Amino acid sequence: MPDNYTGYKMDTNNTNINFSEEALQLMHKIMRRYPEGRQKSAILPLLHIAQAESEGWLSAPVMDKVAEILKVQPIEVYEVASFYTMFNLKPVGKCVIEVCRTGPCWLLGAEDIVKFIERKLNIKEGETTADGMFTLKTVECLASCGSAPMMQVGEKYHEHLTCEKVDELLDDYRVNTNEHISHWAKDKIKA
Amino acid sequence: MKRLLLQHIDVPGIDTLSVYREHGGYKALEKALKDMKPDDITEEVKKSGLRGRGGAGFPTGLKWSFLAKPEGVERYLVCNADESEPGTFKDRFLMSKIPHALIEGMIVSSFALGAKTSYIYIRGELLYVYHILEKAIAEAYDAGLLGKNIMGSGYSLDLYVHPGGGAYICGEETALIESLEGKRGNPRIKPPFPAVKGLWQSPTVVNNVETISAVPHIVNMGGDAYAAIGVGKSTGTKLISACGHIKKPGVYEIELGLPVEEFLFSDEYCGGIRNDKKLKAVVAGGSSVPILPGELFLKTANGEPRLMSYESLSDGGFATGTMLGSGGFIVMDEDTSVVKNLWNFTRFYHHESCGQCSPCREGTGWMEKVLHKFLEGHANMNDIDLLWDIQSKIEGKTICPLGEAASWPVASAIRHFRSEFEDYVKNPQKIKDVKHYYRVNNLDPVIN
Amino acid sequence: MPKVTIDNVSIEVPEGTTILQAARMIGGNLVPPAMCYYTKLDTSGGYCRTCIVKVTQGSERDPRPMPKPVVSCRTTVMDGMVVENITNEELVEARKGVVEFLLINHPLDCPVCDQAGECHLQDLSYENGLSKSRYEFKRREFEMHDIGDKIKLHMNRCILCYRCVKVADQVCDGRVHGVINRGDVAEISTYIQNSVDNDFSGNMIDVCPVGALTDKTFRFKSRVWFAKPMDAHRNCDKCCGKVAVWLSGDDILRVTGRKDKYGEVEDWICNDCRFDKKQKSDWVIEGPRNIDRHSVIAQNKYGVLKQLKIDVSKQKQIGEKAHNK
Repeated sequence: MPDNYTGYKMDTNNTNINFSEEALQLMHKIMRRYPEGRQKSAILPLLHIAQAESEGWLSAPVMDKVAEILKVQPIEVYEVASFYTMFNLKPVGKCVIEVCRTGPCWLLGAEDIVKFIERKLNIKEGETTADGMFTLKTVECLASCGSAPMMQVGEKYHEHLTCEKVDELLDDYRVNTNEHISHWAKDKIKA
Repeated sequence: MKRLLLQHIDVPGIDTLSVYREHGGYKALEKALKDMKPDDITEEVKKSGLRGRGGAGFPTGLKWSFLAKPEGVERYLVCNADESEPGTFKDRFLMSKIPHALIEGMIVSSFALGAKTSYIYIRGELLYVYHILEKAIAEAYDAGLLGKNIMGSGYSLDLYVHPGGGAYICGEETALIESLEGKRGNPRIKPPFPAVKGLWQSPTVVNNVETISAVPHIVNMGGDAYAAIGVGKSTGTKLISACGHIKKPGVYEIELGLPVEEFLFSDEYCGGIRNDKKLKAVVAGGSSVPILPGELFLKTANGEPRLMSYESLSDGGFATGTMLGSGGFIVMDEDTSVVKNLWNFTRFYHHESCGQCSPCREGTGWMEKVLHKFLEGHANMNDIDLLWDIQSKIEGKTICPLGEAASWPVASAIRHFRSEFEDYVKNPQKIKDVKHYYRVNNLDPVIN
Repeated sequence: MPKVTIDNVSIEVPEGTTILQAARMIGGNLVPPAMCYYTKLDTSGGYCRTCIVKVTQGSERDPRPMPKPVVSCRTTVMDGMVVENITNEELVEARKGVVEFLLINHPLDCPVCDQAGECHLQDLSYENGLSKSRYEFKRREFEMHDIGDKIKLHMNRCILCYRCVKVADQVCDGRVHGVINRGDVAEISTYIQNSVDNDFSGNMIDVCPVGALTDKTFRFKSRVWFAKPMDAHRNCDKCCGKVAVWLSGDDILRVTGRKDKYGEVEDWICNDCRFDKKQKSDWVIEGPRNIDRHSVIAQNKYGVLKQLKIDVSKQKQIGEKAHNK
């Protein structure tokens, strides 16, 4: 049983989802890039933006809101969101660490990096620290094999990793992270 | 050394329109719009012998000429920037360093194909590159290189970037089209091919980033001059993403036909194996292509030196050859376990299977579990044959090439490294150092 | 009209006919089995790969290199095409592979499955499968989810044929269920707790080739082979009203669409007819329905199975051990 299956009843208290004005404007700007009647095409960028606006994850009400904006059935959004790995269907920490675990990174020690982070944060892969700061994920090849091993946080690539470097990075993030870091950077929504 | 795509890679500010233009940028567009008809460009691309750089190596000019052109129906050009093949990182490099190379290529190619709207489908993990491209596109609009009446030619084009959401399968062109339509990235059943019914059921061409970026150079120098670079039917230059146990990993532009040995060992390129280890095996074209043992990689079965070209790398078929693929060059030193590496790749394909058709959905997971038995020391000799049988029942029976991509590494590893599998069976105590980490990642099934 | 040769039998078929349809026109053993294709559902087929055939000779219009295995349900016949199905041993072997793939994660809970007896996967595995499994891992399991009071979803049995999704798209309106997740953990689901409820949603039960979607009003009532199918009709303002009722004595155990020999319904029926009209007086009974399809309902079909020797010594030992404790 995949653990991202929520299957919960809709929380009627929580259906009042509102995206920021900037986010809505950006969403509509993106939707206009597709021919009339093909606005469903914008679903992936919209989900990225929605996720950035919703503490890094997509709850059913958030997805329903996206469905409403796109004028499609909610199930069409659930189907898409659950297909792609970048969408978190359960709450995550402010800082989601995504370490590449595919061949080339693996040949150069990605496992050690994962183990190191697990030890340092005292969580297992897929888990979130108790303080809600970090979530550790492993992901497939991020097209950075020449600078392996590597990890991604938000939109940023951290390459040529060593345990020492990761140690510093995590400390940095712990100190400097105030709000959720999303793949679609917040400042790119405002711009 | 002939460099086309990366000629100005070290120029500061080459990611901006002004510097790009100072270094000959958008000359090809000017030439195309002012001096050429759309069909002339297709003709030059045909003459150039350019082959798809995404992995399949299909002649680009031919692909373009298949595009259906019914009256009154929109046609689309879509750039496949969903670079996800393990071992391949050239497109990310090119797009982030010289975004205008791709944009110019998109405009020229769209003009050749008669597209009025074009899309660049970039993988979602590369959102930072998405923003680089957005910025560059905005520059191009401001300079009148995109939008209405480009350079006063009467030709108009809108170009947009579209981010994916994290799915290797969207690198397959029909899955990419489905994803661009806002659906799950399930590959379509062909025929019909995209050239007839693609994006929104309209005729569509899907080309790789590197392919499209090569088009302006072909326009500039002429198809014949481009075809003079390279060797035989492998014309032009190719970006190779070199990684693994080499001294100098990175993206290299090579003239096709460069001897493999020179590429691997010369200081100009990979610089040889790290820590002065010996070469064990190479996966020459991204994780999907067959793995070859070092000696068979450097020299063909006939003893001829292998070249970095489509033909030379596939010399000997799958029995003793491999493929150039996407140019993802993964080198493994003598300490590497082929079985462990194979398990990793197979896990990847299992994870990335879309789940539409049964052989791939069920077979990839099965192979991963059997391979895991080897790593745990529980495998027996029959498991080697079982693996072989499973992969043979996936290959060629699936909707899209992911089935083959998952089968070929397994088949080639057994073909060339059977003794290593046997060693795992005979000496399970020797595998104490097996390192594998497990994952509770969203989409992973529970492994027993 | 294009002419195609399948297993050495030639036939001329209308333009646009698929290889599978052409084979069905010829009939007999050379018809490939189909688990996901459904004539009445647009864009169905191509997923399960059981209907693969080998095109040994293409045509001028399809210049792709041949021979090549293709799915017969989605490949259009072209003039001069030569196709091999059961005459090609390689292909028969390949199909066995597909059947094995479909079965490795199937729970094989036929003894407690309402679909048993009319299950296409059961038929398929009897006809093409192996008598034992090489799969030695734990089978995939999904949590049970309730999708309403009329239809039971049993995801473990699902082979992801997408037929029910296409019914929801093409026959019902306002689809609330679909395929979520991907790869081998993809599942039919409503994602949030939601009930699949529409006047025609019951047709999903009829199109389901396995026991993944079953009729809750018929649940555990009877094995299908003990029920007696009769053609019946009534005046219905929602659907054609032409159904098959399954009787036990004078009781109507269930109502289904009328299925042809490939298990495809002649007409969609509405949920009123299917779930609510369970009195004999609701219907005009026309007469017994001949179940003309590959199915264990047809008695003695698997005579060959009698020759199978099943080794039960292990089970005996376990039983004895337990007994002696």
